[in-house]
Amino acid sequence: MKAPLSWIKDYIDLDDLNVEQIAHYLTMIGLEVEGIRLVGLPKPEAERHEFNYEGLSWDREKFVVAEVLEVLPHPNADRLVLCRLNDGIQELVILTGAPNLYPYKGQGPLAQTLKVAYAREGAMLYDGHQPGQVLTKLKRAVIRGVESFSMICSEKELGISDEHGGVIILDADAPVGTPLVDYMGDAVFDISILPNMVRDASMIGIARELAAVTRRELRLPEGIPLPQGDALSKRVSLEVRNPELNPRFMLGMVENVQAQPSPYWVQRRLNLAGMRPIDALVDATNYTMLETGEPLHAFDYELLCKRAGGNLPSIITRTAKQGEMLTLLDGTTQPLDESMEVVADSVGPLSLAGIMGGMDSGISAQTQHVLLEAASWNFINIRQTLSKLKIPSEAGWRFSRGVHPALAEQALRLCLLRMLAWGGGRLVEGVLDAYLLPPQDPVVTLTEEEIISRLGAEISLEEAANILTRLGFTCTLQNGQLTAKTPPIRLDIGEGLIGKASLMEEIARIYGYERIPSKRLAVELPAPVFDPNLETEERIRDILVSLGLQDTVAYRQTSPQREARILPNQALDPDLAYVRIKNPISPDRTVMRRSGLATMLELLEYNSKFRPSLALFEIGPVFLPVDGQLLPREALRLTVGMAGLREIPTWQTKTAEKRDFFDLKGLLEAFLRGLHLPEVSFQPAEHPTFHPGKCAQVLSGEQVLGVFGELHPMVQEHYEFEALPVLAAELDADLLVALSRVEFEHQPLSNYPAMVEDIAVIVPEEVSAAALEAAIHQAGGKLLVNVRLFDVYRGEKLGLGKKSMAYQLTYQAFDHTLTDKDAATIRNRIVRALEREFGAVLRSQ
Amino acid sequence: MTDRETQLENEKKEALAALDDIRTTEGLETWRIAHLGKSSPVMQAFSDLGKLPVEERPLVGRAANTVKQALESAYAVKSEQLRQAELERTLTRERIDVTLPGRAVQRGRLHPLNQTLREVCQIFRDMGFQIYRSPEVETDDFNFTYLNMPPYHPARDMWDTFYTDKDGVLLRTHTSPGQIHIMRERAPEHIRAILPGTTMRYEQLTARSEIEFIQVEVLVVGKGITFADMKGTLTDFAARAFGKDARTRLRPSYFPFTEPSAEMDVECFVCGGEGCNVCKGTGWLEILGCGMVHPTVLEYGGYDPQEFSGFAAGMGIDRSTLMRYRVDDIRHFRNNDIRFLEQF
Repeated sequence: MKAPLSWIKDYIDLDDLNVEQIAHYLTMIGLEVEGIRLVGLPKPEAERHEFNYEGLSWDREKFVVAEVLEVLPHPNADRLVLCRLNDGIQELVILTGAPNLYPYKGQGPLAQTLKVAYAREGAMLYDGHQPGQVLTKLKRAVIRGVESFSMICSEKELGISDEHGGVIILDADAPVGTPLVDYMGDAVFDISILPNMVRDASMIGIARELAAVTRRELRLPEGIPLPQGDALSKRVSLEVRNPELNPRFMLGMVENVQAQPSPYWVQRRLNLAGMRPIDALVDATNYTMLETGEPLHAFDYELLCKRAGGNLPSIITRTAKQGEMLTLLDGTTQPLDESMEVVADSVGPLSLAGIMGGMDSGISAQTQHVLLEAASWNFINIRQTLSKLKIPSEAGWRFSRGVHPALAEQALRLCLLRMLAWGGGRLVEGVLDAYLLPPQDPVVTLTEEEIISRLGAEISLEEAANILTRLGFTCTLQNGQLTAKTPPIRLDIGEGLIGKASLMEEIARIYGYERIPSKRLAVELPAPVFDPNLETEERIRDILVSLGLQDTVAYRQTSPQREARILPNQALDPDLAYVRIKNPISPDRTVMRRSGLATMLELLEYNSKFRPSLALFEIGPVFLPVDGQLLPREALRLTVGMAGLREIPTWQTKTAEKRDFFDLKGLLEAFLRGLHLPEVSFQPAEHPTFHPGKCAQVLSGEQVLGVFGELHPMVQEHYEFEALPVLAAELDADLLVALSRVEFEHQPLSNYPAMVEDIAVIVPEEVSAAALEAAIHQAGGKLLVNVRLFDVYRGEKLGLGKKSMAYQLTYQAFDHTLTDKDAATIRNRIVRALEREFGAVLRSQ
Repeated sequence: MTDRETQLENEKKEALAALDDIRTTEGLETWRIAHLGKSSPVMQAFSDLGKLPVEERPLVGRAANTVKQALESAYAVKSEQLRQAELERTLTRERIDVTLPGRAVQRGRLHPLNQTLREVCQIFRDMGFQIYRSPEVETDDFNFTYLNMPPYHPARDMWDTFYTDKDGVLLRTHTSPGQIHIMRERAPEHIRAILPGTTMRYEQLTARSEIEFIQVEVLVVGKGITFADMKGTLTDFAARAFGKDARTRLRPSYFPFTEPSAEMDVECFVCGGEGCNVCKGTGWLEILGCGMVHPTVLEYGGYDPQEFSGFAAGMGIDRSTLMRYRVDDIRHFRNNDIRFLEQF
C-alpha cells in the first residue's frame, strides 16, 4: 500500500512530526513501512534513520510555483516554444518543448495564466529524456540559438510519475512564488498490509491508526448526505439473490457528468498511490477506494438501457450459470461457473462481483450517466473465484480479505461527492440499498486480570478502554469489566475467547510492544522428554566430520527419472510408489525422494568438476508411501560418497593414489566403531547400483544396516564424473540410531609385556579374509589379543588359485609374562586349525 | 729437571700445538691415538717408569701424569668444540623452506546450515527447552486447519504450498504443525520445546527464494504464560545468539496461529544499525516471528484456553545463515558446491 503523507494529513494533524517519526509510529503498530519515497520533501534529520529512503527532494530556492503569462513561438524551431513566465520575483522567458503548451502558442497574453512547477538553474532533478530516474543538474545551455537556464517541469522530472508527455499544469489556485515543496512536497510510505489489517489498506485506516497511537483527533471526511427520494428506483431495479454471498448492495447515480481530467492534486495523489489517473469518473472511484478501503464500480447507465432494450434496466446479483462467459475490463474472457457471484442484468453478467467489471457495461470517455455500485461480498467466495480464475485485481485483493458492509455507505456518499465535484453533473434522487445480512459486530469483555495474565503488563482497564475507543470501539466500564463493541469498519475481531485475544493484540499494539516488560519464564521446567534420535544423529555427524567428511544438506524434491539413474538400465518402475507433488515447480522436482544414493551421486557428479578428491555425507529422510496410510514413512538415511584421489596431490606427493573399495570400508569400520554398534560384519552383496564384485552389505548382528560399494560401470556412465572411481554407501540411519550404544564395557589393559610375531599362510583364493581371521581368533583363544593382516600376495611360486595372507599376531596375558613356549603353543594351534579348515600351508617355514 | 721431564714438557707443547690445528673428528681421533694412545710418548713414559732410576721415578711419574691430564682435558674441550661445530653444520644443512605449503589434510565440516541449527538448538537447550520433531509430509489439517486456518482462510495465502496427489496431504510449509503434534502428546503437561525441521514452499528458485529451508519453532505452553515471558525469553535468545549487547525490538505482525503476534528485529550485526545493504538501510534485521498461541490452536492441541496460555516463535535457519555470512545466493546452501561448503 502506497500512502502519500499529504493524503493522510487530510484526516489527522501531523505537522509536528517528521517523515521518519511517522514511519516509526506506523511500523511499531503493525503497519510496517518497507520504504519511503520522497517526492519533494527533504530527508528528515534523525539521529538514526530506520527506513530506506529514495526519491527526490526539491530545493526550496530552486523549485517554485510559477505562472505562464504567454506562450510564444520559438524563432528557429517548430517543436519548441518560449514561455513568458512569472516566478514570483521576476518575469522571464523560458524555453520548453512541452506539447501540452503548443495550443497556447501565439494567443497573446493568456486570459487565465497557467500555473506550473518551475525549476531554476542549478536545480537537481531527474532527466526527462533518459529512461528510469537519472539525477541531473539543470545547467545553462543554448538550444537552437536561444539561451536556456531553467525549465518548466514534467512529473517525471520531479519524480512524481514516469509521465514526460508534457509539463505539469497545476490547479489554478496554486500560489505563485511559493516554494514547490511547500505547495505539494510529499513523501510516500510503502506500507506492508498484514492479512488481518485490510481495513488499513486505506488512507482513513492509516490515519485512524496514527490517531490512536499519537492520541490525536481523527477527522473523517463527509460525503454527501444520502440522497432521498425515489427517482433512482424509477431508473433501475435491484435484486440480491444470495445475501450470504452479497450481504449488501448499494446503488447511487449521477447524470450528465463529464469524463474530464480530475484536478491536478487528485491526479498527483493517485499517481503517488500507484494508480494511473484516467478521468474524473474513474479517478473518483479509485480515489474513494484508496481513501476508504471500499472498492466501487461504475456502470454506464446508457449501456444498461441499451441492453435492457427499452425496458427498465435491472441489476441482479446472483451466482453465474454454468457456461456463462464474461469479458472483463482487462480484456480477458472468463468462463464462469455456478460458484461465482456476478452482478448481472436481465441479459447476462455485467461484472465479476467484487473482482472486476465487464467490458460491455463500464464507464468510458463517452459516459454521461453513471450508476455507482458500492457493495460487500463474502470473502471466502471471492477468494475461491480468485483462486480459480487467477486474475490480479485490486478490488478482489480487498474483498477476499473481508471488507465491512458498513463501508459501502460511506464510500458511496464520498464517491458521489467526488464525481459531482470533478465531473460536474447532477445527483439522481435516492439510493437503492439492499442490506440483507448486516454482520454482528462482536461485543467482547475483558478484565484487568485477564489483560495482566496474558500480556504480563500492568495495563489498567481505563487505559485499555482508552486505546480501544481511539480505534473506534464503543467501550463501557462497569464492575471491573470492560465491554467493547467492535466498530463497523472491521471483520477481524472474534467472539468470546478469540475476541479477547483479538482485543489483547489491539491493546498491546497501541500501548506499545516496547513498553511491555521482559520477563524470564518462571514456571517449572517440564518433565524431561528425550529425543535420542536427535542426539545420535548429531553424534553420527560428529564422527563422520572427525573422519574428514563434508556434511551436506540435500533437497527432498526430485523426480523418478533422476532416481532411476542409479540403475544400470535407468528403467522407470511404474509401480514404485512415490509421494507425488501435484504442483511441482519443475519437471525435475515432481516427487519426494526415495533414495539417498541418488542424491549422493548427484552431489558427487556436481562437485567432481571442482575437486579431484571428494568425501561427502548426507543425513536426511526418504519418503516411502505406505499402503493404507495417508502419510508416508519418513525413513532416515545416511549416505556417504567418495570419489577420486585418496588425497589431493601436493609438491611432496606428485602422484596421489586413487581411492578404492577399502577406503570406504575402512571409513565405515571406523565410523561404526565410533557408534559402538554390536557385532558388525560385512558380507558380499548384490545391488544394481554397484559393481557386482565390489559391493558389500554391512550388518550388526543379523540386521542389515545398509549397502556400499564401487559404482557399477553402467551406472557410472549415466553421470559425468570427473573424479573416479566413485564409491558410495547408503545406510539405514534409524537403525544406526536404534543400535548405537552409549554404554559398553571397555577392554582392560594388561601390565604384562606382549609378544608379537608374524605368520603367513597360503590358502586357496576362495577363502575369505573374514573367514580366515575368524578362524585365527577362534584358535588363538583369549591370549591372542590382536590380529593384523599386513600382506596379501599372489604369485607364480604359490601356484594358480592360491594366495598368501600374512598376519601380525599379538599375544598377551593378564596375569603373567608369556614365554616363547606359550607363544609356540598358540601359534601351533592356529596353524593346525587353518590347515584343518582351509588346507592352509604355513609359508614362513 | 730430568731429560725425561723435559721430553714430556716438549711433548705437551707439541701435542697442544697440533691439537689447535685439528678441524675434524677424524683428525682428533688420529691425534688422540698419537698423543694419548698406548704408544704415545706420555703413555710410553708410564710404561718406561720401571726402567728409570728409583729416585727419578716419582718425578717423571708426576710429570707424565700432569701432561696426560693436560692433554686429556684439552682433548675434551676440543672434542666438544668439534661436536658443536659439526652439529651446527648439520643443522645448517638440514634447513628447509618453511614457507612451502603444509601437507594437505582434508578436514570434515558440518554444513553451514547445520552449524547454525546446532547453535540455535544449543542455546534453547541451555534455556531448558527440549527438542521435538514431526513429519515433513503433513496433512492439510495439521498444516492449516488446526492452526486456525480453515479452508479458504485468507492467511493461507501467506504460504505458497506444495500439494501432493493425495487429497489433504501436502509438504509442510512451516514447522508449526509440530505444535499440534507435541500438544496432543503432552497435554495437559506444560511444554517448553523447540521444533526444528525442513519445510517447503512453492516458490521460484532464485538467489533470494528457496523451495526448501530449515525452520526452528519455539513453543511454550503452561498456566499464566504471558507476552512479557515471550519477550523476555526471545530477548534472552537474541542476547545469546547475537551477543549480550545486541539490541532487539518487537513489532506487531500477523500470524493466524498467534494473537497478539509480533516480529522480532535485531540490530543489524553487519553495520551496527547504521544502515547497509544487508539490512536494506533500516539498521534492523528481522530474525523471527512470534506471538501468543491462539485460543483455537490451544483447543486443537487439547489444552483449555481458559486455563492455559502459551507463546510460539519461528525462525528461519537459512535466512539467518545467509545474513551472517552475507551469502549472495540462497541456493548455495542446497547446491552443496564444495567450493562454498569448504569455507565454513
